[in-house]
Amino acid sequence: MKERIIGRVKRVNGPVLIVKDIKDAMMMEMVNVGEQRLVGEVVKLYDGLATVQVYEDATALKPGDNVYGTGMSLSVELGPGLIGTIYDGIQRPLEHLMEASGAFMARGLSFDAIDHAKLWHFTPSLKIGDTVKAGSILGVVAETNMIEHRIMVSPHITEGVIASIAGEGGYTVEQTIATIARGDGTQVEVSMMQRWPIRVGRPVADRRPLSVPLITGLRVIDTLFPIAKGGTVAIPGGFGTGKTMTQHSIAQWCDADLIVYIGCGERGNEMTDVLREFPQLIDPRTGHSLMERTILIANTSNMPVSAREASIYTGITMAEYYRDQGYHVAIMADSTSRWAEALRELSGRMEEMPAEEGFPAYLPTRIAQFYERAGLMQNLNGTTGSVSVIGAVSPPGGDFSEPVTQHTRRFVRCFWGLDRQLASARHYPAISWLDSYSEYLVDVANWWQERSDGSWHESRERIMDLLQREVRLQQIVKLVGPDALPDTQNFILEICSLFKAAFLQQNAFDEVDRYCPPEKQVKMLNAILAYWQRGSEAIAKGVPMVKIRRLKAVQEMARMRLSVPNDELEQIDRIQLRLERSIDQIGGIYEH
Amino acid sequence: MNTKAQTILAQGDRRLLSGREYRGASRIDGPLVYMRNTHPIGYGELVEVVASDGSTRFGQVLDTSDEVVVVQVFEGTDGLSMPDTRMRFMGEPLSLAVSEEMLGRVMDGLGKSRDGSTAIAGSVERDVNGEPMNPTAREYPRDFIQTGISVIDGMTTLIQGQKLPIFSGNGLDHNHLAAQIARQAKVLGGDSEFCIVFAAMGVKYDVARFFIDSFEETGVLDNVALFLSLADDPSIERTITPKTALTLAEHLAFDKGKHVLVIMTDMTNYCESLREIATMRGEIPSRKGYPGYLYSNLAELYERSGKIGGRPGSITQLPILTMPNDDISHPVPDLTGYITEGQIVFDRSMQARGIYPPINCLPSLSRLMKDGIGEGMTRSDHPHLANQLFASYSHVKDVQNLASVIGEEELTTLDQQYLEFGTFFENRFVKQGFDEERSIDETLDLAWEALSKLPAEELQRLTDEEIAEHYGK
Repeated sequence: MKERIIGRVKRVNGPVLIVKDIKDAMMMEMVNVGEQRLVGEVVKLYDGLATVQVYEDATALKPGDNVYGTGMSLSVELGPGLIGTIYDGIQRPLEHLMEASGAFMARGLSFDAIDHAKLWHFTPSLKIGDTVKAGSILGVVAETNMIEHRIMVSPHITEGVIASIAGEGGYTVEQTIATIARGDGTQVEVSMMQRWPIRVGRPVADRRPLSVPLITGLRVIDTLFPIAKGGTVAIPGGFGTGKTMTQHSIAQWCDADLIVYIGCGERGNEMTDVLREFPQLIDPRTGHSLMERTILIANTSNMPVSAREASIYTGITMAEYYRDQGYHVAIMADSTSRWAEALRELSGRMEEMPAEEGFPAYLPTRIAQFYERAGLMQNLNGTTGSVSVIGAVSPPGGDFSEPVTQHTRRFVRCFWGLDRQLASARHYPAISWLDSYSEYLVDVANWWQERSDGSWHESRERIMDLLQREVRLQQIVKLVGPDALPDTQNFILEICSLFKAAFLQQNAFDEVDRYCPPEKQVKMLNAILAYWQRGSEAIAKGVPMVKIRRLKAVQEMARMRLSVPNDELEQIDRIQLRLERSIDQIGGIYEH
Repeated sequence: MNTKAQTILAQGDRRLLSGREYRGASRIDGPLVYMRNTHPIGYGELVEVVASDGSTRFGQVLDTSDEVVVVQVFEGTDGLSMPDTRMRFMGEPLSLAVSEEMLGRVMDGLGKSRDGSTAIAGSVERDVNGEPMNPTAREYPRDFIQTGISVIDGMTTLIQGQKLPIFSGNGLDHNHLAAQIARQAKVLGGDSEFCIVFAAMGVKYDVARFFIDSFEETGVLDNVALFLSLADDPSIERTITPKTALTLAEHLAFDKGKHVLVIMTDMTNYCESLREIATMRGEIPSRKGYPGYLYSNLAELYERSGKIGGRPGSITQLPILTMPNDDISHPVPDLTGYITEGQIVFDRSMQARGIYPPINCLPSLSRLMKDGIGEGMTRSDHPHLANQLFASYSHVKDVQNLASVIGEEELTTLDQQYLEFGTFFENRFVKQGFDEERSIDETLDLAWEALSKLPAEELQRLTDEEIAEHYGK
């Protein structure tokens, strides 16, 4: 690579540098600083000076050090070999970093993001003379057992005809696999690898309305506050309320084709936990290791702050690339607050005028730009794919009125608020049914209605109504004690407490309970509502509530989330039937 | 300066220019000294500052540019004058010469001898800032540490390689607890003992004395390295003390294969010193005047714990911080909680009721506990038992609130049983002596004794088999 010196360092203030003698540097150009070649990016140009943020620890950089331009924006490599790899925030494979510098990370190292030497078995799906346009699928590579990697024409090439294409066989990502003759007579060589700037969304043909839920296997989410494929959701919660646990759970069991997990400014040991756990877990739908559908980005809290800022863009660009191939991709960003804080830190070092709580005034714009890259898309090549974004938010002091939570709320359509009190009582997932909402209810209602004999919408409304009534009753109970309430009202408390213990709570470590298929959710909800229905009728006849709640079938219902295997759902019908019979029996005694 | 010299300077040959001395500061402001017309100085470089009386101090470059270099002086700037201050730029980052011999010694925040005996000769030079550990190199911590304290072992279990802070308040018993943990911590069936690295930032002399005495009494002092930067030492020294301590800890753990327990007290003082410097430099503040990089800065300390795959040692951190005004949402405890793997939270009302340790278990949490307890590690009933204790005790709080409104007599029988459970739990399970060491079996049996105050059908988080085996026994 021919080196071009774009300027020399004038001032070093942490990860922010001022560079002088600037001539032809470009905005957002990727640069290397000093003889250690630390990676950086140009973020501001003025009066022959440039502001550069470096993605590595700036110790020992000094005035006068050369800054080398690379001539391109900060980009990622896209091609077969991404899946199953763990990257840092600027797409350097951490395992290669470890081979090069041991357990502690040295600076100034650079690696190819994907293996350039590995041979991939390419099978062409087009032939010479076929017309192609941006995004056309030239052929496929079996990247893992679960993902067929579709090799596409780069979005830069608008139209052409295939002049040559490689036969079936092993190729590296750098080898030419096709040449495309364009209308103007020029020919372009295409390899299996593309580069794409991380801050620019990949183009699509059209946005589609959302209609299918992203099934997570968590009951409180799927049944009460569903997210659609291509949707966006924020999970805010103070520390210890289970953001990371919820994200792990979704990453493990949701029905997306591919997961991009971004550990943005989080704990090192947590990322190690993911690394240790995912390869061992088996995807219930395909029977393969979860690692075969996962890309990890780990930019832990002690790794350089500017790389943390870049990490979520790196992640979403990779997600978009697989979306273009026609896959449904889900991104977990844990946590977007750390990303926002990285923005604040860099903005502070650049001495920009702060807005709320020291955050830069462009914070809402950046948040919006990020979340708007999600969606269900008609791709350039005609396939349909989606990117769903599940962003954790870590509000200081658990206070949802802080800027990051508030601005995120404006740009997402689904909100799973985590509640400290629930977490203290070890009610997990601690998603509050009072603070949370989902605007996708209408979008996904049809899907659920088809799978529940048309009962889902009404059942959901009824249980939500009961939960709301419970809140008011609890306020009374706090003042006068539960005994003062009539049985009709006490029964509402009873139903809600059963619903919380038997439905809303879910044990992430239980073999059965950690993933609850939609059919089971429907049956469980209906069984609990049947208990409410029959029980209320019996109480109206004069049956004391104590008699009802002591029924054996009620105890069985309380345990059905653990005791009923996911493939023997008829057991729930039987529990419901037994319960209805027993209630009728007692009711019979009191009728006379 | 002539042009030739300028060219040499611009090229910035380290070897030629490092150690070069300059005289005359352009500005002195708090702990910061500004100097103009130097050769190009590296960011974070170590500086030797010589006062007019010839005494030397250490500093570090905070900001460097063509025109001016900003140096923070760890020992403070008292007695420095503008014309007579001399500075020697060392051409390398601040480093510490570490060695095993530092165990048993008392040092200041920069690692220099404080106990009056011979100077400490380190064997290896280490950059005190350390380097971030590669997440793929880490080994997931899962070895249970028995602290002998029921509420910690039972409900917020400490794991080897974990960072678990104590959120305390002024006047609470955190020092006793830290000393007790330091004395009693052991890995069951483990071969090696813990050695302790102790960093004191801005604490009072008495507190430091208390720890030294306590280590001495139990005869572990030879296994303890103390870094003291006390309340009357310059506040700026506190910003380097934990880094020095952790640099030694990393050496002991990952080069020498020891299990290291790092106690850092008080993190709030550390953060305040950072704020002091940030304000002095006119940086844009974020919450409560703390700098925007406080999170990253704390993370650089706390993340220096854990285990490395294929190496024997470990670093377990036990930072102590006092919550200003007992406010857990204050930036210091708040940001700490987001980085550490859980927290142990103290409760003033429990201390007032004479309960030691005054740990409120409900907001307390150990994130690594899930993989370090249960069959083969502690006891098979431990996970469910801990879960049940949390659920039941959380109900006790609701009942107590209700009782304060309608009176205890009006409570249902079940709720009265809950109150009884709550009393037993606080006074027998949580409360224990300063010298009392309970084995994990004793702890769990005591928990069962507490839960046996409740009817068995209330124990929904335990399996029938566990209830049959332990309930009421």
